[in-house]
Amino acid sequence: MPEDNKANATPPSDGTQPTKTPATEAKVSSPNPPQSPANPEAKPAVAVPTTPKPAVPAGAAAAPAKPAVPPKPAGPTPQPWENEFIQRLKKVYGSGIREASTYLGQNYITVDVSIVSEILSAYRDDEAFDYLVDLTAVHYPKREKLEFEVIYILYSFAKNTRVRVKTQVANGASLPSAVEIWPTANWLEREAFDMFGIRFDGHPDLKRILLPDGWQGYPLRKDYGILQQDNAWVQGNLGIESGQ
Amino acid sequence: MVANDRDFYGDEWGERTSTVLDADELVLNMGPQHPSTHGVLRVILKLDGEKVLGTECVIGYLHRGVEKIGESRTYTMFAPYVDRMDYVAAVSNGLGYCQAVETLINVEAPPRAQYIRVILAELQRIASHQVWLGTHALDIGAMTPLFYTFRDREEILKVFEKYCGARLTTHAFRIGGCQYDTYDGFEKEVKKLCDFMEPKFGEYEELLTTNRIWVERTKGVGILNGDDCKALGVTGPVLRAAGVKWDLRKAQPYAAYPKMDFEIPVGENGDTYDRYMVRIKELHQSLRIIRQAVDSIPAGPIMAKVPKVLKPPVGEIYHSIEAPKGELGYFIVSDASLQPYRMRIRPPSFINLQALDKMVRGMLVADVVAVIGTLDIVLGEVDR
Repeated sequence: MPEDNKANATPPSDGTQPTKTPATEAKVSSPNPPQSPANPEAKPAVAVPTTPKPAVPAGAAAAPAKPAVPPKPAGPTPQPWENEFIQRLKKVYGSGIREASTYLGQNYITVDVSIVSEILSAYRDDEAFDYLVDLTAVHYPKREKLEFEVIYILYSFAKNTRVRVKTQVANGASLPSAVEIWPTANWLEREAFDMFGIRFDGHPDLKRILLPDGWQGYPLRKDYGILQQDNAWVQGNLGIESGQ
Repeated sequence: MVANDRDFYGDEWGERTSTVLDADELVLNMGPQHPSTHGVLRVILKLDGEKVLGTECVIGYLHRGVEKIGESRTYTMFAPYVDRMDYVAAVSNGLGYCQAVETLINVEAPPRAQYIRVILAELQRIASHQVWLGTHALDIGAMTPLFYTFRDREEILKVFEKYCGARLTTHAFRIGGCQYDTYDGFEKEVKKLCDFMEPKFGEYEELLTTNRIWVERTKGVGILNGDDCKALGVTGPVLRAAGVKWDLRKAQPYAAYPKMDFEIPVGENGDTYDRYMVRIKELHQSLRIIRQAVDSIPAGPIMAKVPKVLKPPVGEIYHSIEAPKGELGYFIVSDASLQPYRMRIRPPSFINLQALDKMVRGMLVADVVAVIGTLDIVLGEVDR
């Protein structure tokens, strides 16, 4: 059997060596009469790269066409968004209202985390945004302090408009729960906690919802390693090295 | 696994951790392997005799991390994944996703593609409602509707198969339009399908609408009024059955819906029977839309000019459509790279399921089965 292995192991090495050497030798010194059978193999191999080469400039020709396109996407940028309600909020909360913009026809307002609860209540009570469409978060690990952005998407049945209220929280910090304002927030906040580890103060039952209770880590954070997590799980639970 | 066991023994409810049995209250586990939970939903019921005092849903058995997958795929590559969320309405998922990305890159699909989208999405709505009706009726004890609805749904799946080669997870649309134009005789076949379908809806109604068992099991069961619906974020037929005339196809029209003439059926009482009637009426409205779309489908290209490599500019958008189960939304954050920075999916089933507790409190155990059915949840979408 070891002989077989050797016999099996040698031909590929023999096969690879001539293919490697003529490629290098072909560049240095092409006339190599004893290896003439290997050369015809090497020659198309040399000839093949020449044919993709025109294809690469074709791709490069398409690439210069792309820089011509970017001026177009540069068009939609967030524009300042103003209305009476925003002005009133700005008057009351001053710098607590960080930004009010509209992007691609969609309005959003970024507020300080300390006033988010009041802003949400004001939106529901004064502006008739009676439907919390969605509550979610985005992780920006590159930001220095406020790593997480929590986003409330609101809708008003009376006005048929949407608005997004955004706020930023630091890793480990918590923000007030919106369950009192919209009961929908119950499961949505649990999901945000489950996936990002963001804590909501005053939530009636803040625990994991989609993942098992004993799960380690928060999957939708950018620094969450899927493979390490998977391996740790199979090593602990199935006693095998890797699940991949 | 062990961590979850504690709630089975009732510790989850906080008040009763000793081994002394309380004769008045019983904690009953339902699912996840239970035929009436429509997949792998586990509900922990707190009972007083047969009366439900409270429920807790345990979900996540089908969690595949779709949102995380979205962050590691390009915009084009992620499209087939969304079909696997609500797998009985894959076309609707794909429609929502493609439109969301189109909003992000500021591209509009050509008119012909918009019409094809509407036709297929409405066919899918019929197919989805048929699955719902068959399984819901089966849960309550009527066996025949299941056979009827699946027999008829087959004809819709045949059209899908002929159009794009797949029956269930179709991946029918592409970002910027459609991959395929309609096949020869598509219009004729769809029209024939509509004529075939219409009397079938009558058959379902014949079996159920005035059926005494059906009426007794559904009338006044699982009532959710309009204000509760809004507070709990419940959308779709459940919201409309509570008397709120709200449909995203009318409220914020997309695709070719602005050109379609149709009505939004609403209910009055917000009970299980009304939700049944609303969905039955929606079947007829869908046929009406399909007929109009087939008649007025314009000629022309089916694909807009979309760059081969999608790199949307930095920004974020939310776009939602009226899926058969409610508002299906996509919140996409782009950082101008090939992959979405964040891909959030707002699943109607997940949010509608939250209303279960409110709907079944004070009802009987058997009603829980009816209410799970009437919410029309798909666990693939709840868990993602």
